[in-house]
Amino acid sequence: MPVVEIRGLRKRFGSNEVLKGIDLDVEPGEVIAIIGKSGSGKSTLLRCINGLETFDEGSLTVDGKPLLHDDRAAMRALRQRVGMIFQSFNLFPHLTVGGNVMLAPELVKKRGQPAGAQQARLLLARVGLAEKFDAWPDQLSGGQQQRVAIARSLAMEPAVMLCDEITSALDPELVGEVLRVVEGLAKDGMTLLMVTHEMNFARKVASRVVFMHAGKIHEMAPPDELFGAPKTPELRQFLSALHN
Amino acid sequence: MVDFTLWDIVRNLLLAARWTVVLSLIAFVGGGLVGAALLVLRLWGGRRSHAFVAGYVQLFQGTPLLMQLFLAYFGIALFGIQTSPWFAAALALTLYTSAFLTEIWRGCVASIPRGQWEAAVSLALDFLEQLRYVILPQATRIAVPPTVGFLVQVIKGTALASVIGFVELTKAGTMITNATFRPFTVYACVALMYFVLCFPISAWARSLERKLHARR
Repeated sequence: MPVVEIRGLRKRFGSNEVLKGIDLDVEPGEVIAIIGKSGSGKSTLLRCINGLETFDEGSLTVDGKPLLHDDRAAMRALRQRVGMIFQSFNLFPHLTVGGNVMLAPELVKKRGQPAGAQQARLLLARVGLAEKFDAWPDQLSGGQQQRVAIARSLAMEPAVMLCDEITSALDPELVGEVLRVVEGLAKDGMTLLMVTHEMNFARKVASRVVFMHAGKIHEMAPPDELFGAPKTPELRQFLSALHN
Repeated sequence: MVDFTLWDIVRNLLLAARWTVVLSLIAFVGGGLVGAALLVLRLWGGRRSHAFVAGYVQLFQGTPLLMQLFLAYFGIALFGIQTSPWFAAALALTLYTSAFLTEIWRGCVASIPRGQWEAAVSLALDFLEQLRYVILPQATRIAVPPTVGFLVQVIKGTALASVIGFVELTKAGTMITNATFRPFTVYACVALMYFVLCFPISAWARSLERKLHARR
């Protein structure tokens, strides 16, 4: 059974339709890379999956449970299954690294102090930042902050992780350390949906690549096929623009 | 003709200054509580409560405090409820303070980047948890200097309560002038006392601003 099931999803901002009927199934453990020009609706699609954006038509289920915007309890349950990493990290600056990781489990899962701290240390070790438990976010580099954000999201034990251009705000030399962590997650069987501009990474790690164009899924295929033999002129144009 | 020494004047003014302090505290604490409630209403509520709070703020920011005091004093009496200058002054100043504080604080909350809300939402925190654990701790740091600064405005605002017969520092000054015929001496003392109340607070606000700035 798919973890995420999207059917006929449509989303409008005023009179501007940004998603024009999206159908997508994501199986557990799949890594989906979403590529496309800016304005093609890829970020909006991602943000619909955890309810940061509402949609106008269609249906979206996670773990077989439909997403209901008006049902607070259902949204809270859904967001525990779906983690999200942002381009701008969005660490909480008033909390230490450890505090950032522990906050949500403590409030939402009622996890106590020792258990929460232990879990946070394990997760920080997993992203290679074991020694930063007591550091403040503004003492870390962008790459380190993004890895803390990943650990923070993992602390809620999500079934699906959404990554919204998570390396776009990083200096080039810091991109690698974040992508290595994401690759590790993929190897451990985490289901990932990532909007990305890192085509080499998509080629290496993704099980499927989705090319979005003008609010629709224009082409979707395993990376070798999609990058090796693009079927549509729009995708060919998009890919060739990247190489120039 | 009775002779008044300077000490007589100062002593009586000091006694009246107590009520300036008490009225300021009531206005500030009451206004803070109402202002906080309005802030939550504005952030959480739908379009209607949003419009209500915006209207409330506009009403109190768009009319002179003096009129608000008159309206509170004479307006309550219109409903057949016996009122005192005390109650009317406390009520008007509380409402006035709440309108300004809620607007100051709304600005502070609005200055927190949207990504902070989104990260908190994505971690499955509910609205009150987002506010309590993520937004307010950050907004409070920004809010402290302007809030303390506004306290100075409230203290000076209490002077207007003298027009509805509330005996605080300014009213006492007028009464003592009428008895002593030494307006300059009396009002100089009154002004000095306001300054002694307000200056340390604005100095405190400035030092808080420097401290909070230095850490970010």
